[in-house]
Amino acid sequence: MLNIGGLNQGIVIDHIKAGGAMKIYSYLDLENKDVSVAIIKNAKSNKMGKKDIIKIEGTMEDIDLDILGALDHRITINVIKDGVIVDKKFPTLPERVTNILKCRNPRCITTVEPGIVHTFKLTDSRNGVYRCLYCEQSFDRR
Amino acid sequence: MKHIISPTDLTVSELNELLELSEEIITAPKRFAQVCQGKKLATLFYEPSTRTRLSFEAAMLNLGGSILGFSSADSSSAAKGESVADTIRVISSYADICAIRHPKEGAPLVASHFSSIPVINAGDGGHNHPTQTFTDLLTIKNLKGRLNNLCVGFCGDLKFGRTVHSLIHALTRYEGIKFVLISPEELRIPNYIREELIAANIPFEEVRSLDDVIAGLDILYMTRVQKERFFNEEDYIRLKDIYILDHKKMANANKDMLVLHPLPRVNEIAPEVDDDPRAVYFKQAEFGVYVRMALIMKLLEVEKDA
Ligand SMILES: [Zn+2]
Repeated sequence: MLNIGGLNQGIVIDHIKAGGAMKIYSYLDLENKDVSVAIIKNAKSNKMGKKDIIKIEGTMEDIDLDILGALDHRITINVIKDGVIVDKKFPTLPERVTNILKCRNPRCITTVEPGIVHTFKLTDSRNGVYRCLYCEQSFDRR
Repeated sequence: MKHIISPTDLTVSELNELLELSEEIITAPKRFAQVCQGKKLATLFYEPSTRTRLSFEAAMLNLGGSILGFSSADSSSAAKGESVADTIRVISSYADICAIRHPKEGAPLVASHFSSIPVINAGDGGHNHPTQTFTDLLTIKNLKGRLNNLCVGFCGDLKFGRTVHSLIHALTRYEGIKFVLISPEELRIPNYIREELIAANIPFEEVRSLDDVIAGLDILYMTRVQKERFFNEEDYIRLKDIYILDHKKMANANKDMLVLHPLPRVNEIAPEVDDDPRAVYFKQAEFGVYVRMALIMKLLEVEKDA
């Protein structure tokens, strides 16, 4: 059972692949949001061996949860109200992700073209693989 | 309006139509000498590739059209930092169709998003080069009479060779194809292609020796081992000459096996092989013009007997 100790109102992003918490922290731009955040790294997990967890206390309205599916499709999002889990969400894999992920292939046109719409498409929904629309290189989540 | 960015932008039946039209052109080129009169092809070459550019230009001129363009990034607006999107918006008002070559992968796709004329990818880095694949298919179809039931050998750099990957992919759409992949350990096909072949249940074998397998091949597709792919000189020198095709190796091949090569070759095919009737790589370059003629016609939707 997930320990949500101390969290009254907010969300817990659970089952993050170990080592992935900081990435999600930065993609969600939590740094600049008016919420308090606790990051737990390398927590023990029966299912995954090791995992990361992010606890976010505060209102979550302006946090884009859709992108989480593209970043790590195995995570669980627990919505907490008055200290109890009121909802569990499993992120869906959007068919297309625009201007969130950036292609890391140095030979890709997106690295030089001004004003390009960075676009990734879901090419393998079973494994959550996204590929750059332009160069077709898969997005490396590490 | 259709763009050709990847070889699979044509369905098998569209591709067959393209190859049929190409073969009509081969039989009676004169009949097509006027069909694109008044039409202009822009060749936007952000990196030099004389062979490909001339092939496109010859194709348009053969159809009675005219050509304009640039052939290196520093002689063009790209040098002043203009985006691909802006360049193609402008070129769209100058020409009826364009062929774009760019060192960055995906640049032709970007162009197609902003273009009001058909865009043909003439090579984007190590990514796609659809007209080379169409050329290869036309060569095989025209000289073998079929694209199915073939044992196709690929030899040399199968790891980085974009033409190889895309021809393998294109041939998997036909029945009865078997692949023999001949390369040193270091230059074997990438995993994703191996997985694709396994998933599609297409027979293939990976071997190191050309001598061991040449007798069983219908097609031998030779590739250049590029120096820039290697981290050190030693590896390059050790590997580059392993698979040189010469008279001695050709003696073990079938009398109707065809030798293809995307050109330019370095030394993987000895010049003595050039006179062998099975060596069709120069013919292949010629077919490249015919297939580009057919493609321009299809994209401009011009009638045969205009
Ligand atoms: Zn890319």
